[in-house]
Parts: sequence; C-alpha cells; structure tokens
Amino acid sequence: MPNSDLYEAIQRVAAQYPVRRSAIMPALHLAQEKYGWLPPEAFEEVGDALDLTPAYCQAVASFYDMYHLEPVGRHMIEVCTNISCALVGAQQVLEAFERELGVSAGETTDDGEFTLRTIECLGGCGWATVVSVDHRYREPVKPQDVPAIIEELRDAAPPTAEEDRDRGA
Amino acid sequence: MPLLPPPRRIATVALRELLLAHADERDLTKLSEYEAVGGYSSLRKALGMERQTILDELLASQIKGRGGAGFPMGRKASFLPKPGDTPKPIYLTVNADESEPGTFKDREIMFRAPHALVEGTVITSYAIGADTAFIYIRGEYYSEFEILRAALEEARERGFVGEDILRSGTSVTIVVHRGAGAYICGEETALLESLEGKRGQPRSKPPFPAISGVYASPTLINNVETVATVPAIIGTGGEQYAKIGVEGSAGTRVFSLSGNVVRGGNYELELGTPLAELIYSHGGGIADGRVLKAVIPGGSSVPVLAANEINTPLDFDAMANVGTFLGSGAVIVIDDRACMVQLGLRVAQFYQHESCGKCTPCREGTRWMVQILKKIEDGRASQGELDLLLNVCDRILGNCLCPLGDAAAMPVASYVAKFRDEYQRHIDEGRCPFGGESSLEGLFAPVDQHHAHLRAQIEVPVHELA
Repeated sequence: MPNSDLYEAIQRVAAQYPVRRSAIMPALHLAQEKYGWLPPEAFEEVGDALDLTPAYCQAVASFYDMYHLEPVGRHMIEVCTNISCALVGAQQVLEAFERELGVSAGETTDDGEFTLRTIECLGGCGWATVVSVDHRYREPVKPQDVPAIIEELRDAAPPTAEEDRDRGA
Repeated sequence: MPLLPPPRRIATVALRELLLAHADERDLTKLSEYEAVGGYSSLRKALGMERQTILDELLASQIKGRGGAGFPMGRKASFLPKPGDTPKPIYLTVNADESEPGTFKDREIMFRAPHALVEGTVITSYAIGADTAFIYIRGEYYSEFEILRAALEEARERGFVGEDILRSGTSVTIVVHRGAGAYICGEETALLESLEGKRGQPRSKPPFPAISGVYASPTLINNVETVATVPAIIGTGGEQYAKIGVEGSAGTRVFSLSGNVVRGGNYELELGTPLAELIYSHGGGIADGRVLKAVIPGGSSVPVLAANEINTPLDFDAMANVGTFLGSGAVIVIDDRACMVQLGLRVAQFYQHESCGKCTPCREGTRWMVQILKKIEDGRASQGELDLLLNVCDRILGNCLCPLGDAAAMPVASYVAKFRDEYQRHIDEGRCPFGGESSLEGLFAPVDQHHAHLRAQIEVPVHELA
C-alpha cells in the first residue's frame, strides 16, 4: 500500500541503486523488521514498492536463511555448530539452550518469546562457541553461561519502535 | 552498542602488521585516530597519480587475492576495459560475504580498521574508473555493518568519499549491501546475482565479471582484505610491498586460527611463516594438553594436513606442493579426540545445506556424500560404500559452474586418503571406534531448519543406498 512507512523506507533504499530491483534484499530486511517475519502481505508490500510480483519476492526470500517464512519468537538465538565451534563443544552449548528453554533446535517456545536454532559458521571461530542473540554475537559462550543469557533476555524490555527503526538496513 | 569480540591475543612472537597495525592501541574506527597513524594519506597520494600508475603499482606489488582463489589482484584489474573504451559504467564490488567455515578475518578488519577498507575502496574505484562501489557484507555481520556505515559517514563528511573527493574532480559513491545468509553468495557471480536482487545462484563463465559483471557492466570483485591492503601498497609502493613475504606470496595475511588451540584469534603474519609457528608460537599450541592430529590450513573447503606436515610454510606455492590450498587463510586445528568420519560428515552437511541447487553433481552429490558418511559413522556401511563415497567426490570435482561442490568433495576425499584406517575401522567394527569420546560426537547440523515447514519432507529418506 503506497505511502506506508515501509513503502517510503524502501523507496529511500532503492534510490541508492542504479537498478531498483537490487533493493529487494534490504526491502525484505525492512519488511521483516516490521512484521517479525515475512507473511504474505510483506511480499505484497515489497513487490508493490519495487514493481515486482509478490511471488518473485517470495522466491528470492526463500533462498536466504535470514528471512523467516514463518513466525519466529521475539528473541532469536542462533548457535553456531560448524566445525570450529563443534570441535570445542558447540553441541553442549546447544543442549544447554535446549534444556533451559525446553525446546529443540529449530523450535519456538510456547510463549512465543524464543526461537532456538543452529546456524552455519558465523565467523567468530577463534572465540568459539559463537552464539548470535538477536543478531548480536556473544563469544565465547560456555554451557554454564546459558542460564544467565536467558535470564537477561527474559528481563529485557521489548525493543522500542525507535530501536527497531535504528536497526533498519 | 555492539558487543566487541575479545581483544586480540598477545603473542610471544612479533606479528607483521600492516592492516591491523595500531588496531590494539587505538580505536581506528574513528577517523581522527586512523588519520593520526597516516590514514587517508595513500588516498591523497593516489588522487595525484594517473589511474594506470596505480594499477601498475598493484601489479608490481604481486598481491594475490585474499578471498580464497588467490588470483593476482593487479592482473584481475587489467582485464577491465579502460573507462573511455566502454559505454557502460565500471563497478567495484567488495566481497565482504565472509562465510567459509573457520574464517573471521574480514570481520576483524571491518570491526577494527573499517577506514582501511573505505580508503582502499575509494583508491581502487578511482584506479579502475568506477564511480560506484558496492560492499556486499554478509547479513549476520550486523555490528560490522553498523561500524562500516558509521565510518563511511565520517569519511563522507570529511570529503574522502562522495562527490568531488578532496576537490580532485573524482567522485566515488559507496553502497553497503547486506546479504541475508547464503554461503554461496561469497562466490563472485552468485554475489552479483544477489546484488542484482535475485536468488544467489552462480552464473556460467565466461563472460567473466571484468567484462560483464553487475548489471552486465565491467566489474572488479575483490575480497575485503585485498582491498583494505591497497592503501598500504600505495603508501609504500608496489615494489617495496612485494619484498614482504616470499617468492610467489607477497605481503602479509591475516590468518584466522581456531579449533583445539590455546589462543584462537586473528594473527597478521608475513606470508611464508611456518604453519607450526602460527599454531605454537602465536596460538599457544594444542589446548587441554592434547595431541595434534590434523590441520585444515585454508578454510573447511581445502584438503587436510596431517600432524607431520605442519612445518609447511604459509604461502600459496608451499601449500600447493603438499596438495592443499592457503584458501581463505583459516587455520583449523584438530586434536586427537576428533573422529575424522564425523568431521567429514559435518563438512559435507554444510556444503549440502549451502548448495544452491543449480548444478546436479553438487546438489545431488553432496546429499549422497552425507548419506554415505552417515552410514559409515553408524557402522552400517559396506566396503563398497567407501569406494562409492570417493567415486561421488570424483564425479563432483570440476563438473559444476562454481567450486562449491568441489569444496565438499576435496576435503572429504583428503580425510579418507590421510585417515583411511579410521574410515576402515568404522566399516570393519560396525561402529564408530571413538564411541562417545569424539569431540564431535552428537554434532548438530542445521540442515534446512530455516525451512521448518519443509522439514517433514526433508527428513524422509529419499532413497536407501544399495
């Protein structure tokens, strides 16, 4: 729908590129910040802003791991289990999160607060195990650090609209 | 505020720092601090030089690309048409999509010395006649994206980036483009597709990007570390730079050290430094009093070295002589607890997950590799299946548009070649000889977890191997 905040934000990003279609990835990031994931209406809005079909937008989004095609928790916890982290005990860190949250990797807690998933190499291999919490790295994380991380997130106030905007691409 | 990675470790042996010089004592993310140690003086110098003279300096420096393939930067730039000879705009694209497992050097460069990348980007753009440069940064590097964006803003305010740079008449716009989680986008043509707003699937070459890159225009693509080294090359002169390092491997590299080592981290060293010096003098040796078993010298896609090969110098030719690659400069240390079948399985799982699906040998072959390796690990494999594994590796190698399939096949074939007795014992004993003692026991691979709605389908075995 024209003239929504998202529409305007996408236009600003698109102006940076010689070809507007290049803005689809930042546009999808912006849409995901608005909705928390990418529901069908997000593809409508991105497509509308960039003169692309919703199906095309969805086809692009489904290629990339960071776009969520179904709802996720308010907090996203991603544990790297690639070889450098695995060699020094990423499995134990992941199991500690699973115990603490009562879900398996790939699942969201019933209260919708946390999604836990494993992720391929995050690029912090020398400070393993690397865990990305709401897109900020914690490194190194040991199994005994896990309860405090969860407690901190449970206590944290939800991000304000302003903070959400600051995170815009 | 972004969370800082732990400080770089204090080594007992001196580093040879060009890129990360002063990064420990000063906050080089601030423009004033970067200028205080000579930052942007190379840009001033470059703007007073002819474009061709700069390209000649890059050629004379003999610097090879730091992303993995090791192609000489000066030669790559020489394939581009000259600005007057093409009706199309010329673009520079900086590959900051660092995702090769074990590699985290570009992240540290952007985190601690973002202005070196900005300065290198502007100089390189000027040299090739590009007025727009893209920096494609992996989506997960959010803090680094913010640091880079802030550095760019500061550089723009000071007139180092943007219109009419330092009143030279040269204009360079830099666009930072965030990826969204796809290893394949580190491959140059997949990166270009992604930058154009498509699924990141590699193109067939030729045409090479120098002729037809982003928006079908001539495009130079270089890795972060390569571009961030340009100011040092222009500052000291290409010939002088070429004296650092050894024959065929000029300069320094930021090596990412990880795995079962006491002090993991990034260490900038002169090329030609022995691998053992990195692991023992800088990295403090093997952690937990264990024994070294193997080393992956250049990221998870390269063939492994056995413990008795660690005196090999860290240079391109020496690594080629022992059948492997310096790759992305990611050194992964593996101690005696690791089961090499589990290691092969985890590596194969990664490449299966990241295969874009365009070429059949890679898409299907990586899945076959995972299935066979699972059977071997579970002790259910027959003798023929070990041969089948190598056969599959062989059929992937060189048969795809891009090297992703090779990146799975080469390391796994090398694990079998160098640790065949371990693979054989899994088959003979009908179980993993490590029992539950392997450091990789119970490892989790995130195969398609992001497509949870497809999980049920994916987990159905497609076909049981004969």
